[in-house]
Formats: sequence, structure tokens, C-alpha cells
Amino acid sequence: MRTLNRKLVRDLWRMRFQALAIALVVASGVGLLIMSLSSVEALEETAAAYYERYRFGEVFATVKRAPQRLSGRIADIPGVQAVETRIVKLATLDMPGLAEPVIGRLVSIPERGPPALNRLSLRAGRTVVAGRPDEVVVSEPFAEAHGLGPGDSIGAILNGHRRTLDIVGVALSPEYVYAIAPGAWTPDDKRYGILWMGREALAAAFDLDGAFNDVSLSLQRGATVEDVIERLDDLLAPYGGTGAFSRADQISNWYVTNEIEQQRNMSAVLPTIFLAVAATLANMLLARIIAIERDEIGLLKVFGYSDLEIGWHYTKLVLAIAGLGVVLGWALGAWLGRVNTEIYAEFYRFPFLFYRPGAGAFVLAALLSVGATLFGSLTAVRQAVILPPAEAMRPPAPPMYRRGGFSMAGLGGWLDQPTRMVLRQILRWPIRSLLTTAGIGMAIAVLVVAMQWIDAIEHMVNVYFRQAQHQDMTVALAETQSSVVLRGFEALPGVLAVEPMRAVSVRFVHGHRTHRGSVQGVMPEARLSLVYDAAGAILEVPLAGLVLSTSLAKKLSVEPGEMVTVKVLEGRRPERTVPVAAVFETYIGTPAYMHMAALNRMMRERPAVNAVHLLADDVHRDELFATLKDLPNVATVMVVDAAIDAFYETLAETIMIYVSFFAAFSCTLAFGVVYNSARIALSERARELGTLRILGFTRFEISYILLGELGLLTIAALPVGCLVGYGLAWTIVTTSFDTELYRVPLVIETSTYGIAMLIVLAAAVVSAAFVRRRLDRLDLVAVLKTRE
Amino acid sequence: MLAREQSLPSEREAPIRGRALTKLYRVGEIEVRALRGVDVDLFAAELVVLLGPSGSGKSTLLNILGGLDAPTSGHAYFRDQEITAFNQSQLTRYRRDHVGFVFQFYNLMPSLTAEENVSLVTEIAARAMPAADALDLVGLGDRRAHFPAQLSGGEQQRVAIARAIAKQPDLLLCDEPTGALDSKTGILVLEAIERINRELGTTTVLITHNAIIADMADRVLALADGRIVDVRENASRRSARDLSW
Repeated sequence: MRTLNRKLVRDLWRMRFQALAIALVVASGVGLLIMSLSSVEALEETAAAYYERYRFGEVFATVKRAPQRLSGRIADIPGVQAVETRIVKLATLDMPGLAEPVIGRLVSIPERGPPALNRLSLRAGRTVVAGRPDEVVVSEPFAEAHGLGPGDSIGAILNGHRRTLDIVGVALSPEYVYAIAPGAWTPDDKRYGILWMGREALAAAFDLDGAFNDVSLSLQRGATVEDVIERLDDLLAPYGGTGAFSRADQISNWYVTNEIEQQRNMSAVLPTIFLAVAATLANMLLARIIAIERDEIGLLKVFGYSDLEIGWHYTKLVLAIAGLGVVLGWALGAWLGRVNTEIYAEFYRFPFLFYRPGAGAFVLAALLSVGATLFGSLTAVRQAVILPPAEAMRPPAPPMYRRGGFSMAGLGGWLDQPTRMVLRQILRWPIRSLLTTAGIGMAIAVLVVAMQWIDAIEHMVNVYFRQAQHQDMTVALAETQSSVVLRGFEALPGVLAVEPMRAVSVRFVHGHRTHRGSVQGVMPEARLSLVYDAAGAILEVPLAGLVLSTSLAKKLSVEPGEMVTVKVLEGRRPERTVPVAAVFETYIGTPAYMHMAALNRMMRERPAVNAVHLLADDVHRDELFATLKDLPNVATVMVVDAAIDAFYETLAETIMIYVSFFAAFSCTLAFGVVYNSARIALSERARELGTLRILGFTRFEISYILLGELGLLTIAALPVGCLVGYGLAWTIVTTSFDTELYRVPLVIETSTYGIAMLIVLAAAVVSAAFVRRRLDRLDLVAVLKTRE
Repeated sequence: MLAREQSLPSEREAPIRGRALTKLYRVGEIEVRALRGVDVDLFAAELVVLLGPSGSGKSTLLNILGGLDAPTSGHAYFRDQEITAFNQSQLTRYRRDHVGFVFQFYNLMPSLTAEENVSLVTEIAARAMPAADALDLVGLGDRRAHFPAQLSGGEQQRVAIARAIAKQPDLLLCDEPTGALDSKTGILVLEAIERINRELGTTTVLITHNAIIADMADRVLALADGRIVDVRENASRRSARDLSW
């Protein structure tokens, strides 16, 4: 080993803790980046393979009732490769232990042979066979939530008839990777399950012999999705088609692709913070080493080492630290990537999971972090390179201090000398002080960003479920019915109030922009389910015109006062041009409302409802549920409390895992910055502090001078960190979480700032305590003799 | 100001005493005997010069008496207390209230002005004089607002002396105070030390390897190889102003 390399190794060993602190910050950035990239990779690969192997459809449509012979004409649409017609119906399930009705989605499968599309991945048991109409295969998450398996049976009400269904198999399907009940926003495996049933059995149960009400298509290579959808819509329109949609709009797949997209966006923001801080720390450390080794550098140059060799020597030091960080980060990233992917696998149900992180993510993370730290240390290395040998061997000029704002007059007169030293030290090195403050601030910001999710979710639940919805449950009817049906609901046990609701499938058109959705008819005097603006106002729905969510208005690019074409996709399929009366902000979905009377007028129908909101007495709840389970016309019952529980269950645990990850990262960041700053300051001022000890200052008093400076910078970092955290959260929320399905509000509670600041303060105190121990071991005798 | 007592040192009490002091250092494999059984008495108000070559043990002795270092064996006393039995915080207290240090390389705080460097000590000491008075004593009353970087080496050392004596210490320890200075500046610094010793009656120990400086002492202790090899009492002290080298 060359002597210079030996020096390098010893230098590294001497400052191993500082090097490690920087390496840990690098490792955090590398780990986060690999986690994001490898999760994206795993999710994409897994989804693609799953979709391909199990022939996930590419175009989907539902109809009221279409004759089976239409299937041939659908297959003839140019570009269509395979057609699978099905019967899909909702049923109320009677699950022991659960008072409220559970919704089952019954999906038909052929009794003989596998379906052409949307095949099942059988997890246990077998598929249904012909001649046994009570056999079903249930979805795995539902089976797990209820402890069901082949051999068990469940009670169900199919088309008004009570049946006992025998479970023969448990399966997963590419169609229900993320299984969401109609009207829900998060999966609730206890209250919603998929049941696959034989086609003949299901047709018999719902009087759909020789007919279908759902169709999936796969396309030939090169086919245009839009053209196929248009032709399919034309074919299905006479049979009550509500508009075909592509795989991109299929709800389960939409969630999966959206998650991948969010993960991809996140991979840009956070690793950047860590790598920027690592670069700054590398610069600070190297600048200090080069300052200490001034005369050695001069000597080496006198001996004949070239500027380049000196520069390379110090570059290698940075490379060694970054290299250590990269290796640690690789291990961390591989682990985090797996954990992250496994968390996804809990919500997104795949029969298999490809977690085979490619070399790409690792190489990219290594290149970025090494590049960042090298870039950061550039100025410091340059100092060593350009130092003329003769000058290098002279001691540096003593630092010039200025009195600045701390003159004897005014406030300055109140300060004791140690405090003056602290303040002047900060002012003497403003850039370094600024960088230290920024670094600590970043640690707070990272925490604020992580913890704002908790606040945002709490806020969403509050606004969406508690303030906008005062009903206890919403009962969806299987068929649209005359509003006379309301009287029947009023008479049910424990029902205190009933409010009608009508949703109509429509296509909104404004210029070249369209949106397939629904218009909800509401009563203007509604008190249970409100048209509620997220800002906190209840909107009165006017007698004429549409009230649109801002997300829908944005998608259609309309403003209040402009006209929108509403093409109704059911009933007589009327088409109307309706003015936009108002817009309102909501966090979930893209709803549109109309006055109930206006909707009925538009439909050219007598007052009708297809859902009712109920307010019920808690005492009679179970009785009410029991009655609802037996009502033939009830399709689904959405219980608000259960929906809130499901919302929390889905998100809370995941969020807590991420928050604890980020708390650890943030502490690493704070530790890296505070520890390095303190060690550098100690190295610069050991003589000064030693002198003070000799002059009779206690350990506590000299600690105050050294750590007081860092304390002050940390305190300055608190508001900075909160502000940066707010800005980062804003950036992430507006770029990654502003989607059609939901918009995460930017809500940060004061307590979140408080907790973030406390955690970082604690990390700073711990790192200061490490340095404090070194202060106790100052060599006082050496101070007397050595020249700085 | 205290009037200087004219009686001879040997007839007076010795507030600072060292008995059978030895010091062993281990530097890797090598054992260095810095002190080999030194007995020493420092009398009130006297100016003692420690003379000797490098490695003779001067600094070690000074450090032990100043409460910076502990002997391997032997005892050191300040009045009726044993310094060598003090714990860390008692040592800090002792240095803070009773001992003033002057270093070869001044050791001023670059971030503080001359006056603030002195205030640094007066703020924590038990019976300190105003910082401005201490600077007047060393003849730097008009430079008090200057930072170390704006002062010459001699001026910096005089600030260091002002800092050391502002607490009105019982013992002023100066380790090669002129070592980094040219002779003209060095004499200015010695004048300041001499004035403190005369006017405040502070027991002063001055380490030097410059034999000429010994002429300004009451007593000269010569050290060699960890022992006091010679004690000389000057019949009359020469004024620092009259020295030259």
C-alpha cells in the first residue's frame, strides 16, 4: 500500500464516527431511492405478469340485459380478440357474527372449462361444476376475513330468494386486485366479497337465461381502444348499456397504476433531500480536514506530489465515505423494498409477487449518491489543489471577527462573554451556520411530510364521513323504484329519518372533453347526506342546473354559468344541455348533483329513487339489519361507521409503518448534521476550549460555548424546518395526490409540527451528548504548548 | 494595592508547596520520568524563575502546581489544602479563583475583543478587578476594543497577562511567556509581569530557558533531568527594562 493510502486509511479510522454519520445519511437516500424504484418495478412486473397469465380483459361494459347472440356481433368488432360475456349481480350475504348485511358480488364463470378472460387463480379447493347450482368460489381476502374455506357454506339472498351457498374453492382474480364495494373508497374484506358462481346457476337465479349483463373484451395487437369502445357502445345501447370503458378506467387496475405512479413521484423528492445534505456534510468535513492538514499538503507538494495527486487523495476520502453509504444503502434499500412491496401485497392481492430488484435501481442510486457527495466536496478539494506549497506551510491568518450587531451598546451589553463567542462564531461562518440550520431543518421537514398523512386522513374522514354524511347507512336498491318506496323504509324498525337519493349513469360532454359518471339527485332540504364543500359550507342545490365537484369541473374544463351536455345512459337515454350552477370542493371522487325534481324532469319520469339514506336508532340496529337482509329489493347497505373503520384499517397501519421509517431517517439526518457540525467545531476550537478549562471554566461552561452554538442553530432550524416541511408536503400533495379518485388535502396540525420538532431536538441532544463526552477528555496540558 | 513585604522569602510562610513530586509518563513503550522527587516552596509575593533545558520537568512542575496535571506520587498543597487530593470540580474551582495562566502562544479567544477576553475570566472569578483596570495595568487601556487579529504578538501576550491577573490570583504561572516574541516586545511583556508582581503582590512563577530573564527573579530554581539542581536567590532583582538579549 502506498504511504498516502495508508494515511487515508488512518484518517478515515480517526474520524470513523463522522464518516459513519455521513455514510448513514447517504445510505438513507440510497435506501429510499432503491425502495421506491424497486417497489415500482415489482408492482409493475407483478401486475403485468398477473394480467397476462390470467387474461385480464382490456375493455369492460355492463348492460341491463343483452341476448347471448349479441356476443357474436361483439366478437366481429374489428380489433377484438376474445369476448367473455358474464352475469354479474350483487347479493346480500348473511355472515354469522356480523349484524349488518354483507355485500357479495356474484360473478359468473363457465361450468365447463376456464373463462376466455379474467381467469381465476385458484388458491384452494376447486372450481364449480355443472349441475350443482349452489357451489361458489370465494375471493381469498373475503375468505380470510371470515375464516372460510372449501366445505363451508354461507347464506345469501339472491334475487329475493334465500339460498345456502357451498364454498368449493378460494381464488384471486386480476379483476379484483383491489376489491372495492360499490360506493366505497377503501377495501373492506369483511363486508364485501367476490363470489364466483356457475353461469347456468346464476342465470337461473336472476332470470337471465340466454342473456348476459356484463362483457369483457381483449384486443388484438394494434387495435384502437377508443374505436372498439365506440362500436361496443353502439351494440349495447339498445340493451341498457351504460358505456364501455378501458382497462385504464377499471377500478382495481386504476388503483394499482395510481399507486405505482405515486411511488414513482415520491422517488424523486425524498432521496434528493438526503443526498443534498450528504453532499453538504461531505464538504464541511473535507474542508475541515484540509484546513487541519494545510502544512502536510504543503509538505507533500514540496516533496513533489502533483496538485492532481493531492486532489485525488482527498477525493478518495469522499469516495470511501460515499462508498460505505452506498453499500449500507443497498442493503437498506433491498430490505425496505421488500417490506414496502409486502405492504402493498396486503392491499393489492396478487397470487404471486415478483420482487426481483434489478441492478438498475442499485446502480442508479450508487451513481447519484457518489455523484452528489463528489459534487459537494468539489470546493473543498479545490482548496487543497490550489494551495501554493509555501503558503500552505504558513499557519492560516487568524480568523477576523467583527463586532457586528453585538456592540457594547444596546442588547450586547447584557450578553456574557461565552454567549458573545457563540454569536460571533455563527456570524463569522454564516454559510456554514446556514447549511447546518438547513440540514437540521430538513430533518424536521421530512418528519412533517411523513406525519401530515395522519392529519390529512383524519381531516378527510372528518369532512367526508362525519360532516357531509349524517346518515347511519345508505341502502342501495337493486332497481330504480317509485318514491312511494320511501314510506316502506320509514316503517322499518328503528328508522328515524329517510332521505331519497337517485343516481343516474351519464356521460358529461363539454367540447372535446367527456367524463363517464353519474348525476345524483338530491332533495334541496336534505339533512342527512349533504352537498358539502370541503371548505365547510353546505351547498343548496338550485332548482335548475348542475352542481359539480371542482375535480369534475376541472376535468371537463367548465366554470359556473357554462353549459354541459348530459347524455343519460339509462332509461329513455335523454340528452340535455344543462348549465353549471355551482362548483364545490370534495376530497373523494368526482360527484355531480342535481335537484331531485330537475333530475326527474330530465329523465322524463315520475319521482323515483335508487338509494335511501337512513338515520336509525342504535337500539334497534340489529333488528333493522335483519329486516334489511330479507328485503328483496335491497342491493347493498353501506354503514357509515363501518366505512370509517375500513378507511382507517386500510390506511392507519400502513401510514404508521411509513411514519416510523421516516422518523428513523429524520433522526439519522439530524444526527448526521449535528454530530458532524459539533465534531468539526470541536476540532477547530479544542485549543480555545482547553484554554478556557485552564482559566477555570467548568466542563459545563465550555460545553455551553461549543454546543450553545449548535443549540442556537437547531432552534433557528425549527421554524425553517416547519416551513420547508409545509412546502414539501404541498409539492407532494399537489403533484402526486391530486387524482380523479381522491385529492389529499394539505392539512398539517400544530401538534405535527410540535412532534417533528421534538423528535429532531431529541436527536440533536443525543448527538450533542456524544460530543460532550469528548469535551470531558480535552488534553489541557497539550493546549499550553501547541500552536494552532 | 498591597505593599510589598521586604522580608526574605525563607522567613515567610509558603502558601504553595510541593513534596516529593514525581511524574512518570508512558509514551508507548518508553517511560519518561519528568519529575524525580521534587520538593518546592513558593512564598507569598515572590517572583520565581524556573530555568532549565527542554525536558527538564519545568512545565510538568508548573502544571501540577496549577492544578492541570496530577503527579504520579507526592503531594502539592495550596495553603492548608492538598491540591493533589482535589477532584475535577475542585481543581476547576482552584484554577478559577486562585491561579492565573499565561501561555507561550497567548491562547486568546479570536472571537472576543481584548476587553472581552479579560471579562471572560472576571465574569466567573470570585474577586476580580474590572477588566478595564487589568488592561490599564498592562498598558493596553487604549486597545481594549480590538480583536486579537488586530493586535501585535506582544499586545496579545499582554492581553493574556491582563486576563490572567484580572481575577487577582494568588499564583501567576507563566510558561515561556516571551518564547514567541522578539526581545523588545518580550521585555514589554516582562515589564507587565513584573508590575503585577510588585503592585499586586502575586506569587509569580515564570518558566524560561533564557538565563538573562532569571535576573529579574527573587529566586531562580534550576531544573535538570526531573530534579531541582540549584536554587539561587538574587540579592537584588534587575528591572525587566534593564534586560536585553
